[in-house]
Amino acid sequence: MLPDKKGHFGIFGGRFVPETLMPALMELEKKYHHYRKDRSFKEELRFYLTEYTGRPTPLYFCRRLTEKLKRARVYLKREDLTHTGAHKINNTLGQVLLARQMGKTRVIAETGAGQHGVATATAAALLGLECDVYMGAVDIKRQAMNVFRMQLLGARVIPVEQGSKTLKDAINEAIRDWVTNVRNTHYVIGSVVGPHPYPMIVRDFQSVIGQETRRQILKKEGRLPDVIIACVGGGSNAMGIFYPFRSDPVRLIGVEAGGEGISSGQHSATLGAGSIGVLHGAMSYLLQTADGQIRDTHSVAAGLDYPGVGPEHAHYQDSKRAEYVSVTDAEALEGFKLLSETEGIIPALESAHAIAYAARIVPRLSRKDIVIINLSGRGDKDVETVAGLLAGGTV
Amino acid sequence: MSRIAEIFAGRKKIKKAALIPFLTAGDPSLAHTAELVLEMERQGADLIELGVPFSDPLADGPTIQAASQRALTQGVRLEDVIGLVRNLRSKTRIPLVLMTYYNPVLQYGLKRTARKAAQAGVDGFIIPDLPPEEAEEWKREADKAGLDTIFLLAPTSDLDRIKKVVSLSRGFIYYVSVTGITGARKELPSDLLAKLKSIKKHTAVPVSVGFGISTPEQVAMLAPHADGIIVGSAIVNLIARHAEDPQLVPIVGRFVAHLKTGI
Repeated sequence: MLPDKKGHFGIFGGRFVPETLMPALMELEKKYHHYRKDRSFKEELRFYLTEYTGRPTPLYFCRRLTEKLKRARVYLKREDLTHTGAHKINNTLGQVLLARQMGKTRVIAETGAGQHGVATATAAALLGLECDVYMGAVDIKRQAMNVFRMQLLGARVIPVEQGSKTLKDAINEAIRDWVTNVRNTHYVIGSVVGPHPYPMIVRDFQSVIGQETRRQILKKEGRLPDVIIACVGGGSNAMGIFYPFRSDPVRLIGVEAGGEGISSGQHSATLGAGSIGVLHGAMSYLLQTADGQIRDTHSVAAGLDYPGVGPEHAHYQDSKRAEYVSVTDAEALEGFKLLSETEGIIPALESAHAIAYAARIVPRLSRKDIVIINLSGRGDKDVETVAGLLAGGTV
Repeated sequence: MSRIAEIFAGRKKIKKAALIPFLTAGDPSLAHTAELVLEMERQGADLIELGVPFSDPLADGPTIQAASQRALTQGVRLEDVIGLVRNLRSKTRIPLVLMTYYNPVLQYGLKRTARKAAQAGVDGFIIPDLPPEEAEEWKREADKAGLDTIFLLAPTSDLDRIKKVVSLSRGFIYYVSVTGITGARKELPSDLLAKLKSIKKHTAVPVSVGFGISTPEQVAMLAPHADGIIVGSAIVNLIARHAEDPQLVPIVGRFVAHLKTGI
């Protein structure tokens, strides 16, 4: 069972944080191990996941997309249909419930695209906790609608002006806040990143995606899928759908943001083009310079615009349990249009990366193959960005 | 006996705490840093902490973040800071400790960092994002090279952690005075002295206190209860304010002398 006792996935993961946070992480780990088995906690989480979030989400067979790509049968796991419109809510409900059990009165979060911020603000409003969300100033500009949603939900959105003013810097600021307010505050990390026990906790809360998918595909097709495709920034939706299939003969493919192309240097393909290092409390792959400074990244999808990746994905890559590939901004935009036009579903730009990669490989598969794409979020938040791009703006 | 241990032993003999200024190497330039180190020593610094710039310093407040950024703009790398120490060693014996995040050390190589730093005359390392649990490999290399690894304790550390950290820390123990990040503060926590006392009960290793300390009054209040007093952001602020000033070095020197009056 991974992670091991110290939170390592092979050589990855661990707890590289200031001493001030070590006791909080150990406490969180202890409480999590207790509550994950606690009947009333599990009941309450299940109640909110079904009655509030709308789970289980459908596993939808894409008839027209399947016809268009002419090969494998294509399904979508519809995380875009959850309350708040992305898979992020699965994790925030779990973590905010946990925070309440731990007696914390305040939660903080970082957000890139704004989906995790909205999901945290939602869970905090639902459960009556104070909520502050750190968001890079660049992301605030490109995801204005989500900023307003968070504010409507009663959260304070704190702009981060440091560094590249995107997700990485928002995480730095959230960690600094947590170091300062650790006694009454729980930090709701939004992806399978950060120090142990976060990658494990977020994976477990997101695993509901893969557990449902497994049941659903067995019911619909009578067998497991051949390929599962998901986009990877930090990697929480991917880990959520991959994890329950980890011991099955299923190809798991994570799609990173290739930005303007790997050779341009303007991308966020951490597993594809990065090297091993330590950032935000964990050892994993990073986009960095030779002397260990973290590099600026780029993606049209704010939620993928991150120089690190979850340590368990790093382990999956090195142990070859999963494959990691990338698609460019331009290809993602094609994926965005493809799904909108063939199925009437507007995907998040993040999820559009997974669609784009499916469009690339499905024509090479057999007609009997089954492909599942994790549609991690809906695209309402991106409509303006895409309109600008289609009108000829630059990505 | 290491150079760090020697200094603390000497201060202990005269019942005085050590004054430990911090500055970010390469801010505003490496040449300035060299002059500042020598001037600080002349003005009473007993040991000096040199910050190695990092792009994502998550234990640091805005002051040191900005200094780190300025040094990075100068292209300053871990290797350059080690080179700076090598040059300084022809002029001073004052203990020099590098404060660096883990990733630059990891990329330069643990063994290589330890060996080159020790050869250059670095005395120890403080790595704020490397708690004892993850430090085994680094500590092995540092010990082999004869470098002191200084671990940190915080107000949130419980007895188990205090015992673990004091058993591993060499040179001194860095007690973080506040639950928070680096940065000058008007007020320090009311239970700080009690905390220091309870840590000192468990160890003979010197305990130095840092984070938030910026005035001679605060130094005077803490000096009888700690073996060393670390002042960082207040000095870094001063350097930032006078970066273009030809009087930068004497100005910082006077501030260090002023702090020393608190001991």
